[in-house]
Amino acid sequence: MFNFYLLVGIISISFIFFIIGYNEAKNIKKINNIKLHSLSHYYGIFVLLASLLPSLGMYFIFTIGDDLLFASLIQNYVPIEVVKSEDYNFTIVLAQIKNSVEGLIFGTPDQWVTDAAEVWKSWVYQSQILTSILCIFTAIISGFLGYRKINHKFRSRNAVEKIVMSILAVSSIIAILTTVAIIFSVVFESIRFFALIPYDEFLFGTVWNPQFEGAERAGSGQEGLSQYGAIPLFAGTFLISIIALCVSVPIGLFSAIYLSEYATSKERAFFKPLLEILAGIPTVVYGFFAALTVAPFLRSSGSVLGLDVASESALAAGLVMGIMIIPFISSLSDDVINAVPQSLRDAGYGLGSTKNETVMKIVLPAALPGVVASIILAVSRAVGETMIVVMAAGLAANLTANPLEAVTTVTSQIVTILVGDQEFESAKTLSAFALALTLIIITLGMNFYALHIVKKYREQYE
Amino acid sequence: MNKKRITPLEATNTVKKSIVKRRSKDNRLKLYGRIAIGLAVCFLLFLFYSIFTKGYPGFFQYYVTLDINFDRDRIDPKGDLSDNSLFDGEASKIVNESLFSIIEPKGRKAKKQAKKIVSSGKDVRIAKMVKNDPSLFGTITKVKFALDDDIDSFLRGYIKRETPESERRISDKVIGFVDKLNQDGRITYEFSDYILKGSASGNPEMAGIKGAFIGSMLTLSVCLLISFPLGVATAVYLEEIAKKNRITEFIEVNINNLAAVPSVVFGIMGLAIFISIFGMPRSIPLVGGMVLALMTLPTIIISSRAAIRAVPPSVRDAAYGIGASKLQVIFHHVIPLAMPGMLTGTIIGMAQALGETAPLLMIGMVAFIVDIPNSVMDPGTVLPVQIFMWADFAERMFIQKTSAAIIVLLGFLISMNALAVYLRKKLERRW
Repeated sequence: MFNFYLLVGIISISFIFFIIGYNEAKNIKKINNIKLHSLSHYYGIFVLLASLLPSLGMYFIFTIGDDLLFASLIQNYVPIEVVKSEDYNFTIVLAQIKNSVEGLIFGTPDQWVTDAAEVWKSWVYQSQILTSILCIFTAIISGFLGYRKINHKFRSRNAVEKIVMSILAVSSIIAILTTVAIIFSVVFESIRFFALIPYDEFLFGTVWNPQFEGAERAGSGQEGLSQYGAIPLFAGTFLISIIALCVSVPIGLFSAIYLSEYATSKERAFFKPLLEILAGIPTVVYGFFAALTVAPFLRSSGSVLGLDVASESALAAGLVMGIMIIPFISSLSDDVINAVPQSLRDAGYGLGSTKNETVMKIVLPAALPGVVASIILAVSRAVGETMIVVMAAGLAANLTANPLEAVTTVTSQIVTILVGDQEFESAKTLSAFALALTLIIITLGMNFYALHIVKKYREQYE
Repeated sequence: MNKKRITPLEATNTVKKSIVKRRSKDNRLKLYGRIAIGLAVCFLLFLFYSIFTKGYPGFFQYYVTLDINFDRDRIDPKGDLSDNSLFDGEASKIVNESLFSIIEPKGRKAKKQAKKIVSSGKDVRIAKMVKNDPSLFGTITKVKFALDDDIDSFLRGYIKRETPESERRISDKVIGFVDKLNQDGRITYEFSDYILKGSASGNPEMAGIKGAFIGSMLTLSVCLLISFPLGVATAVYLEEIAKKNRITEFIEVNINNLAAVPSVVFGIMGLAIFISIFGMPRSIPLVGGMVLALMTLPTIIISSRAAIRAVPPSVRDAAYGIGASKLQVIFHHVIPLAMPGMLTGTIIGMAQALGETAPLLMIGMVAFIVDIPNSVMDPGTVLPVQIFMWADFAERMFIQKTSAAIIVLLGFLISMNALAVYLRKKLERRW
């Protein structure tokens, strides 16, 4: 709540400055009976920005910085015996202290933890006072400095526009920052993982059996209980994607051909959005559908045929995922097929070919790069899809090509490992980051490849 | 080179012979296309059908009406209506007594089983009633209580009378009690007041989506407040201000890449950056909204840029012509004209964010939280995650409630998308 009040305070101060600046500009106009360079409200906005931006910057530095500062300072309050003990881990100690600060106390914590928490609380209190004083002080001072600049020579519109332009430019950098944050968070943890587990074991090992470090330690002498061979996960992802493609490619492609070549414009306007609904349904709904409707159906029909279908099978997940990605193929391919110029079709008809021959021998080959790209994009969507496989494909890391068995995928392992509490030191947690890294590389690689195909093989008409 | 010359007549005959085959091939392709679309539409209809038939009963449940003696001394021993006093009271005992007076269980074991017929939320219900209306004290009023989920499943016919007792979740004795209540006309089937007003609960008969719904709204508002201004600002900068150089090209590549990154990766980033480095608490809508905002940003940027590009240059030229500055052109003309397109893109992005589950699992919004979140800093969960959690429970009633929650979620998504379509149709201008 403190943060909210402080922000409201800062913003109201800057609004007061807006009114002051606005009135000052009006006054100058009236008293000197001259025309100012800019309209009055630009002077108001200038003073507002002058007051608001520095104090907001101050506020963010303090709120982000204080936690980091406290974390490094609190180390002095951890007793030396604890630091020297063997299983000392600062992250865990920090979490203990923070829990204690928030009033989440499990069992009876050591005295020093409670003491450190008290110290922490007093720091938080002090920093809140300091932050509010400094922010409000900055808001007033910088607002006042902005106000002092107002005179008949000052071109406030130009100044305001410069500031707004730079705000716009900064916000476009967020996209870069996000990418950097993703790479940063994934790559660093992956490097730590590969320091524990050699990368060839990860990439080419055939057994995936992550265990928590604690379990290994408990059964001492059982080192190497955990195995991090990711081949079963890749195989599972691949298997499910193939099943999904078997469903979505024929349906998507034929739909696209029909919609763009045979359908009347009314039919097209009706069916295209209808198919796109399939892409708009949340994946958790598909997961529920796969787990509770499709999987039992497959199981019962399998037992009629004398086949043993696991209750969580690759087939159920793959089929439902195939349904989900139909619109990715149908809509994109439809657009591409539509973009083939009419003159090519007319030439085909002129030679006496039927619609089928025109489509299959002229239009489709011309649209092929785009169609292939749409399929690749659909595959990358299937590889990155999470909820369906978490709910319907199971968690058993089987290395199998049998679609009736349970398999697991890269994404579902990431979710299983990272949901719940985790210690950032264990190889099990870190392995999720390594999996995420491979996932990013695969999906981005496919994306680049799809764009490359479109660029390289695109026919330039006209 | 001893090729025979073909006369026109022969040629016509050859073509005539083959034309039937070629035409049928043509018809076949058309048929395949129709089958494909038909299949896709069938999948869609079947999906909706299966969710709706499962979820519709989830909005209803069985209630039992009991005559409750609102004895102030027993319900509210301290007489001040405080939570403490009501907690000390004997509300559930009174309910049980009223129940026993109808079904007359004999022996301790029978009584123990009989108590379970009425859902365990009975004392909370009475506490709420007397708080709202203290004049109830001293009266004997008919009150409706939810039945336990096993009894509910029995009344719906999922637990069959014919199954041997040992394989049933409820005993013959309890069935006898329920029959007695039924003969008295005390059991009714009506719209559930838990599904929409209740929050997460381990008891399926008392579980509802209110907490998750409010969590979703909080998360979405954070997401909207961050992604809409940022997305529009980025789009304006890239389309109108930035010169085409290496830096802007790099930004564009980044935006396209972000659109292709799987959503679960955004969750990992949220976990590693917001929670682990910035030390923000887990499970809060603020972090969830921030992660979803970064995820929906590319969608908003791409659609906003398309909308800005659709504004014809003549509008800009006219504004420049009467002496407007660049920013005045942008803020007075380009943005208002492009706003419908931007809003459409934003609504579609928000719909995506509303249905997203995986990244929120990563940042801990999967915790079991009974309290309804009051602010973006309170731990909470969201609708899709609630669906995911309920889907894991074995009780029959949870399947219905999950489907009911899915219906609510789909209802919101469909209305958001319909709004987007409406905006596009009504407000977007064609030049």
